[in-house]
Amino acid sequence: MSRIVLRNLVKTYPGGDRRATDDVCLEVAEGEFVVLVGPSGCGKTTLLRMVAGLERPDGGTVHIGDRDVTSVSARDRRVSMVFQSYAIFPHMTVRQNIGFGLAMRGVPRDLVARRVADAAALLDLSDYLDRYPSQLSGGQRQRVAVARAIVVDAGVLLMDEPLSNLDALLRLQFRAELKRIVHQIGTTTLYVTHDQAEAMSLGDRIAVMRDGRIAQIGAPLEVYDRPSDRFVGGFLGAPPMNFFPATVADGPRLSVGSLSFAAPPSLEALAGQQVLVGVRAEKLEVSSTQGDSFQPATVEVVEPTGASVLLTVTFGGHELKVQAPPTFATQPGETVWLRIDPASLRFFDPETSLALEIPQFA
Amino acid sequence: MRRFLLQVACVAISLFMAVPIYLIALAAFSSRASLNRFPLPLLPTDFSTETLSGFLGSTGVIPSAINSVMVGLSTVVLALLIGVPAGYALARYAFRGKQPYQLFLLLTRALPIVVLSVPLARIFLTSGLYDTTYAVTLLHTALALPTTVLITSAVFVAVSPEQEEAAQIFGASPLQAFVRIVMPQALPGIAAAAVFTFVMSWNEVLGASILTLNQRTLPAQVLSTLSFSPLAYRFAGGFALVVPALVFIAIMRKYLLNMWGTTLR
Repeated sequence: MSRIVLRNLVKTYPGGDRRATDDVCLEVAEGEFVVLVGPSGCGKTTLLRMVAGLERPDGGTVHIGDRDVTSVSARDRRVSMVFQSYAIFPHMTVRQNIGFGLAMRGVPRDLVARRVADAAALLDLSDYLDRYPSQLSGGQRQRVAVARAIVVDAGVLLMDEPLSNLDALLRLQFRAELKRIVHQIGTTTLYVTHDQAEAMSLGDRIAVMRDGRIAQIGAPLEVYDRPSDRFVGGFLGAPPMNFFPATVADGPRLSVGSLSFAAPPSLEALAGQQVLVGVRAEKLEVSSTQGDSFQPATVEVVEPTGASVLLTVTFGGHELKVQAPPTFATQPGETVWLRIDPASLRFFDPETSLALEIPQFA
Repeated sequence: MRRFLLQVACVAISLFMAVPIYLIALAAFSSRASLNRFPLPLLPTDFSTETLSGFLGSTGVIPSAINSVMVGLSTVVLALLIGVPAGYALARYAFRGKQPYQLFLLLTRALPIVVLSVPLARIFLTSGLYDTTYAVTLLHTALALPTTVLITSAVFVAVSPEQEEAAQIFGASPLQAFVRIVMPQALPGIAAAAVFTFVMSWNEVLGASILTLNQRTLPAQVLSTLSFSPLAYRFAGGFALVVPALVFIAIMRKYLLNMWGTTLR
């Protein structure tokens, strides 16, 4: 186990007009599971490949453990990796595939056999050791790739979208299994995905990336609950965070179109200013009858998902997603009533989209 | 129905290839006398090696056959030595002028050999390579290289670069990654390129005829004596020209089929 320290990593691909990673700093503690998440082209895979030694940074340093490995080749970094395409070797059996890393490091034969057997048992591959990859299903190939990566006992485990080629059901199953396995072996792990749900569920911390920079890093729930800017709030969560502009009035209250409702007291300082309000769909309380401090909204779309009903409503001229209980009955065109808890509101600068520094959580 | 038509097509194509080979073999193993009989028997009724041994005994046939094998094998080795790295570079790296380079490769085949041979003969005459097997080898290598490069680059493209990267992550040097991961998967394609090259070299007659006088390859030798040789000699010569190519393909056959259950890409 080793920690990873990245300092000011800059990488521009030849012919690229902008930086793939732009001065990225990141520390992954020993045994920690950090997920890099972001839309495609945000630089997350580039960052991972620089840790792996498959890509040379133009500037900055990579430390693994206490060693500066910036100019060390991939084979000498003592890292392990699971690739998006699995990259298992089609001309070798499962046994040879899993044992490849050990064989290359000159581990004695009997020890290789024992560790391959252990890793195969951990990933339910014991019955397939003498098969070739072409005789395996996609999910089994993925298991081979993971077994090959964990068997070498490297200080650092890197994973590049390992679940993206699996179908939805298998992905969900394997996600939990992967979390259990990685927790069990306790390796420092850096994991890349574009799937926010995967990131939330796996990471001790998640780093949301955008345009070659880390927009926010923190514990999954913290990042989910307190996004540092509009992009993060809109990227994490399904449905994404709702955003609508509002004016702060005395009270303090918030005015949206013709509606007005209570704001957290700390917003007083911004009275008279425009803010961008963010609120999660599940934080909006919805009712079919009018009550005290409820605001009217018009239902546009009703989407039952089983566990809940997802409503798209128009609220003061803005579209919002609202998560209602599964039994909530309504139809497009009807009026429903929303209660907005001031404590669940997040505020952003309408110009910069950055979260406003308001002492509301003090 | 479709299956039936497919099988008919397979049989037809097989017959198209096999019948002439059979007839030539039949004639080559018949006695001189029986060749003049009419109608020709379609079954080997009087087996005789007289025709073939007569051909093999004629002046220049054995040395030219040895020349042909030497030139063929040297061409394969040389074309692979130059073509495989070029194919790998084309498959893996983006470099300036890659597109024009690929086009240029094909362009070398656009010139007829006749046009190339005369200046080549001049160059070889002045450099002292004229009338040697080296000259023919060099010409055949040049002729084979475009296909070698294009075939092998297509093969290398099919092996994902991530596999090489994975090998390096798990402790292989770039060379080890190539030898242990890429080569085994590329072998079928490289074998195909080798077969193609050998057969091309074995069959090539025009360039070989122009570039040599005494160090003839077998096709050049047969061609130069064809017009004034008896019928039996022609059949035996034809048979002798077909067989080595068939043997070579038979040896390479196991590499031509992909070894891991999927077909050659």
